[in-house]
Amino acid sequence: TAAPRAWPPRRPWLRAGLGQLLARTDTEQRIEIHKLRQGDNLILGFSIGGGIDQDPTQNPFSEDKTDKGIYVTRVTQGGPAEVAGLQIGDKIMQVNGWDMTMVTHDQARKRLTKRNEEVVRLLVTRQSLQKAVQQSMMS
Amino acid sequence: MSAAMDTESTYSGYSHYSGHSKKAHRQGSRDRHKSPRSKDGSRSEKSVTIQTPPAEPLLGNDASRAEEGQDDNWGETTTAITGTSEHSISQEDIARISKDLEDSVGLDCKRYLGLTVAAVLGLLVFLTPIAFILLPQILWREDLEPCGTVCEGLFISVAFKLLILLIGTWALFFRQPKADLPRVFVFRALLLVLIFLFVFSYWLFYGVRILDSKDTNYQGIVQYAVSLVDALLFIHYLAIVLLELRQLQPTFTVKVVRSTDGESRYYSLGHLSIQRAALVVLENYYRDFTVYNPALLTASKSRAAKHMAGLKVYNVDGPGNNASGQSRAMIAAAARRRDSSHNELYYEEADHERRVKKRRARLVVAVEEAFTHIKRLQAEEQQKAPGEMMDPREAAQAIFPSMARALQKYLRTTRQQQYHSMESILQHLSFCITNNMTPKAFLERYLNPGPTLQYDRDRWFSKQWTLISEEAVTSGLQDGVVFVLKCLDFSLVVNVKKIPFIKLSEEFIDPKSHKFVLRLQSETSV
Repeated sequence: TAAPRAWPPRRPWLRAGLGQLLARTDTEQRIEIHKLRQGDNLILGFSIGGGIDQDPTQNPFSEDKTDKGIYVTRVTQGGPAEVAGLQIGDKIMQVNGWDMTMVTHDQARKRLTKRNEEVVRLLVTRQSLQKAVQQSMMS
Repeated sequence: MSAAMDTESTYSGYSHYSGHSKKAHRQGSRDRHKSPRSKDGSRSEKSVTIQTPPAEPLLGNDASRAEEGQDDNWGETTTAITGTSEHSISQEDIARISKDLEDSVGLDCKRYLGLTVAAVLGLLVFLTPIAFILLPQILWREDLEPCGTVCEGLFISVAFKLLILLIGTWALFFRQPKADLPRVFVFRALLLVLIFLFVFSYWLFYGVRILDSKDTNYQGIVQYAVSLVDALLFIHYLAIVLLELRQLQPTFTVKVVRSTDGESRYYSLGHLSIQRAALVVLENYYRDFTVYNPALLTASKSRAAKHMAGLKVYNVDGPGNNASGQSRAMIAAAARRRDSSHNELYYEEADHERRVKKRRARLVVAVEEAFTHIKRLQAEEQQKAPGEMMDPREAAQAIFPSMARALQKYLRTTRQQQYHSMESILQHLSFCITNNMTPKAFLERYLNPGPTLQYDRDRWFSKQWTLISEEAVTSGLQDGVVFVLKCLDFSLVVNVKKIPFIKLSEEFIDPKSHKFVLRLQSETSV
């Protein structure tokens, strides 16, 4: 069950996600989430939307409606994600070094919910606060 | 209580429109305490002119019918009319009568003159070919060359063409004039002149070349007569195109708005003169517009009177009667005054709606129940029980009392009581019973105000019309022309607009090109 290696490989100097090429008005953040055990599952406490097999025009959080990246659509109150500082509308660029800008929805889900990982380190991009407010008011 | 008094004083304005006919009695206890206040309502309505005195009281004119055992309303209504209101003639009636007298004489002369001219010309034209053929035979029979089968063939063709011309002229022109128009029809006049010139020139040629020189070539003469008949048939064709076909294709849309209540309709017309367009509009008016009911207008008039009432101008700055300044000051003060009349209007209308709906429900139930008492007898049953059989009129009279009160109250609430007399209701009821109509079909005439044609002629308020137009009434319709059709009580404003030029292009879509894809946006929680 070898998962196909993600592009780019896990080398620090090549960890050039799309976020570092974006305009300097966006904020990049590294967020470390410790998964919470609930019964048999490890949950992170947020929901994702997007993917290369989805319809990008229906994404309320993206600035560019052709952006097929993975976005955070919901953050549960008091969950591990909220505690770690993840916010709604964040675009997830990398998960533990794996790229998330060109993956299908299901691949993204799998990368986040690996059973043997207790900690996930995300690289997220967030539009500046002003733009985030505008976006959420318009959607 | 004072708030209720305020609103009721405006009620007494229009709900007691009948009060203006100076009825002495009030009906029922509910109205008894309103009668002293009808004075308040009438004070604000002094500016309203009464259009016609209600000629017949509402529904209960006939005292004998009231004995069929119904409520007191019938009896009270019959005793209420005082002498002055019934027999007085208002100023408008006098004006109307004199106007009728002087108009009828003038227009009839003009109409008959036109008809006689056309008839004489038509007769002349019809007899001309026959005269062309017969005159040589009568005058110089011996000198004519013998002309056998060819001439006889031509005689037959002349006879049949004349017959066709006769039938065509009868179909096209011999019609009852349905209207009196102010000016002459331009196209008809042109055609008459054309025919006259044409026949005149043929006679001239005939007289000079044939009669004077006593031409012996009879075949030529007969062919000349045949050519005249052919040309007459072509003129008939021209008449059809000019008078009938040209205005069929719609080119203009006219909007007709009634000035009193804003009811509007749109019609499509072709190339017509203004007077003919006015004729079309009027013909459609009687069918499409609901009947003009002056009782419905009193509410807005009383509101308008109250807007400016209660404001007086005092000039404190010294002498000098500045009239325009005063009126401007009044308008400004009225605008600034904190007026709650919109509130009153809203609640009045809501209340009126509720009352109408309640009365309508009662009416529908009463009529349905009344109709269940009547059953049609089949042919076999008719022999068995001859004693109880009723014809439709008697059946109507039998079931009418049970629904009479509900109907009267409903008509009063919707202010239609003047349009339906008891006799007309009974007639309609027997008509419905005869034709197996359901209660709803019977009520359709009373629940909604119908077009003017449905009612009695003397309730129409609109029989004599005047066309007011800035352009000549025989000129054709153009885009943006406005003319007004005025009758005594209201007017119809007609606005003409040209139908736009439509550019239509085609596009072909292959039926196989309809393809679809599924686009999802799913959300997964992790």
